[in-house]
Amino acid sequence: MLLDRQAIGDLALGAAFLGSGGGGDPYYATLLAEAELERRGPFEVIGVDALSDDALVVPCGWIGAPTVSVEKLPNGREAVDGLRRLEEIMGRSIDAVIPIEIGGSNGLAPLFAAARLGIPVLDCDGMGRAFPESQMAIFNIRGLSACPSILTDASGSLSVIESDDNFAHERLARALSVAVGGIAHLVEYPLTGRQAKDHAIHGTITVARAVGAAIREARAHGADPFAAMFEALRRTGLYREAGVLFDGKIIDIDRETRNGFSVGRIIFESFDGASRMEMDFQNENLIARRDGVVVATVPDILTVMDRETADSITTERLKYGQRAKVVGAAAPAILREAQALKFVGPRAFGFEEDYVPIEEIAAWLKP
Amino acid sequence: MRIGVDVGGTNTDAVLMDGGRVLAWTKQPTSADVETGVASAIGQVLAGSGANPAHVASVTIGTTHFVNALVERRELDRVGVLRLASPSGEALPPMTGWPRDLMECIGRRYFLLPGGYEVDGREIAPLDEARIRDAALELCAEGVTAIAITCAFSPINGDMEHRAAAIVREVHPDATLTLSSEIGRLGLIERENSAVLNAAMTTLARRVVRSFSRAVSAIGVTAPLYISQNDGTLASAAQAEAYPVMTMGSGPTNSMRGAAFLSGFTDAIVMDVGGTTTDIGALSSGYPRESAISADIGGVRTNFRMPDVLAIGLGGGTRVHLDPALFGAEELDEAAFRIGPDSLGYRLAQEGMLFGGQTLTTSDLARIAGVVSFGDPAALPALSTAVLDALLNRIRTMLEDGGDRMKTARGEVPVLAVGGGNFLIPNDLRGVSQVVRPPHAEVANAVGAAIAQAGAQVERVLSYEAIDRQSAIEQVAALAREQVLTGGGDPATVAIVDVEETPLSYLPGRAVQVRVRVVADLAAPSSPIGASHAA
Repeated sequence: MLLDRQAIGDLALGAAFLGSGGGGDPYYATLLAEAELERRGPFEVIGVDALSDDALVVPCGWIGAPTVSVEKLPNGREAVDGLRRLEEIMGRSIDAVIPIEIGGSNGLAPLFAAARLGIPVLDCDGMGRAFPESQMAIFNIRGLSACPSILTDASGSLSVIESDDNFAHERLARALSVAVGGIAHLVEYPLTGRQAKDHAIHGTITVARAVGAAIREARAHGADPFAAMFEALRRTGLYREAGVLFDGKIIDIDRETRNGFSVGRIIFESFDGASRMEMDFQNENLIARRDGVVVATVPDILTVMDRETADSITTERLKYGQRAKVVGAAAPAILREAQALKFVGPRAFGFEEDYVPIEEIAAWLKP
Repeated sequence: MRIGVDVGGTNTDAVLMDGGRVLAWTKQPTSADVETGVASAIGQVLAGSGANPAHVASVTIGTTHFVNALVERRELDRVGVLRLASPSGEALPPMTGWPRDLMECIGRRYFLLPGGYEVDGREIAPLDEARIRDAALELCAEGVTAIAITCAFSPINGDMEHRAAAIVREVHPDATLTLSSEIGRLGLIERENSAVLNAAMTTLARRVVRSFSRAVSAIGVTAPLYISQNDGTLASAAQAEAYPVMTMGSGPTNSMRGAAFLSGFTDAIVMDVGGTTTDIGALSSGYPRESAISADIGGVRTNFRMPDVLAIGLGGGTRVHLDPALFGAEELDEAAFRIGPDSLGYRLAQEGMLFGGQTLTTSDLARIAGVVSFGDPAALPALSTAVLDALLNRIRTMLEDGGDRMKTARGEVPVLAVGGGNFLIPNDLRGVSQVVRPPHAEVANAVGAAIAQAGAQVERVLSYEAIDRQSAIEQVAALAREQVLTGGGDPATVAIVDVEETPLSYLPGRAVQVRVRVVADLAAPSSPIGASHAA
């Protein structure tokens, strides 16, 4: 498929939702993509199965604190520099890139890189949403190596990371991202075509587009964008349950940037004052408790959305007094497997709770 | 006594208020010449009340000049932008994503210069003073005098922007500068957009604000002139001249605050019906609810906190599209007619049927239905009951749907009906507990301007390890409170309207920039003004 201006807008809307509060507001990535679109024409996205098994497929995206990314903007050469160096190391050219995570701005990031290299983007990603840490990618869960991995920044620095341990890779990449000012581009988990077919989460660019298109069309027709979005999600088969978990206003945000992450807690109160929701985040929204009872946990998706327009509000843009709906959606099934939950379940983030699928605990609000 | 003026595209309204009382008001067509229009409106309310111009404590003007100029792409200056952030940000140069016509109108002249700060306070690159000087000289040679200076992380450290400004002033003394750190918060693109828009209005702001000043003094009023800002607080004339962008959303804020003041309601939906549109907003605790998402002005994304307003194409001059052959029909198909979105605007007084014209408008319907008494009923067409009902029902549905979209809770809420066209709002609306039409509803926006508040904003960098979060916020709030009282605020009315915390990661001890914004009513001026109430 070819992505034109409208498709990029849809993709950004949908990616923002799948970001679960993280991955950065796709606005700047959208601007970059639109500028590139004007220079080079529509972006090419192809299905994973269109690629040969021995192709070289490279996931990429940005690492760092979204709060920094709104001030320290990209230079434009970060992705290309990293991908070119990987080609040198691997001694061959790259056939396609994919978003390491579909959620947030990283869902759009590879479009720019692919256009610059003249290669397609594959319709898949490594997380099915956004996660705060690199080893939460499905490729680590399935035992693949993150390295060789290349980290580049706007000032032109380039670091090659070599390690057999994907947790060590994450620590190193995180420390480097902090050292270069809090935001950097990361090329990681180089894959064969076969590995991409076997392990990547397929069709997520299509899903994000469909979610965005549903919201856009509902707005245009004066219909309820939330209902339209839920319907679009269910139709994909990948995110089978979705609904509203809370409706109210933000009465407190306690937030800090720690070890390169934006971490904190948001408290919502219902308009009648009778009910509260507390939500903890580490770049992404991780766990939501309604009146003390857990109603959703990672890896299921938890996104704060403007209650009128269904625009997703990323954690760094949340403000005191905002009126919002908290929306939940079931994560793709492969993230809910026991092996995956070791890396992306609530305990992996230091919570006491075991994972329970959102559809069993959510108690969706009535539309 | 205070004077509030609202200069709209169609009408200029003015009120003279003494405390909570409206002593006199006027609504006049906006003149092409701003100065005489404002002077005439102020002169009218003073004459109407017999008040002595010397006893006026303040004049506050709300104006749509700036936003209209931007929307209509007229009277804008060409702008030069100096961005201090390179090598970061070069992939997204200034004005990326702007509407093309606006970009062409103000030129796309920018310089990507080394500089900017990292989040931890280090420099991304050292400032290159020679290149700043060269850029300023180039702009000087090109005759570009409106200059915006932006810098990565300048809301946390404004030093580089100020240093660059000093260099530009040295070599280009005619330049008028906008510094992004004076305008916005974090988010370089949005802050830069606001700074560029502001710079583009340099000449316009000077002309408009100065003609307001002349109008006020021509009448013999010596009281300070204020311009109302987006958040309902006051800017001095000098501030407004330097930062017109801060006044662009004041219209809806003034009408909502005026509606709250006149009605006594603090939580309600406000419907302000003008000549062309109805602005629907929500009041929460006496203040307009703000938009959660970024505010687009003239197609450009900014990060101002603006009132959340839904504008629908329904006003007193809105055209009713219906084949005259159907005026007497016994029933009317929903598809056979359309209301708006086009409007006669100020031409209503010539072309509307009840003024002897040929065009059927919503005002004609209101006259036929008997809810207003102006105009000449003999000039109106004969509509069958079925036709009139169908048309009025459509208006009702438009308002009900708009109100529903702005409601924050299920259940019925009151609606405050204001603006010159408020007669279009029926007394019973679905989902509405009551429709309140406060006295002087026609000039609620001018009342909102008259009661605009003093505001103050203080920011400090504090360590949450040295001081707990609650005390830190209280400490900054106390400073802001002090400042707003110095600015003329009434101590009994000080309210915190915004608390923003920006974590400065990597600085030790959980360093956080805490920004608190407070507002207060202007304190009642002391005598001799108080003694003149008998007038």
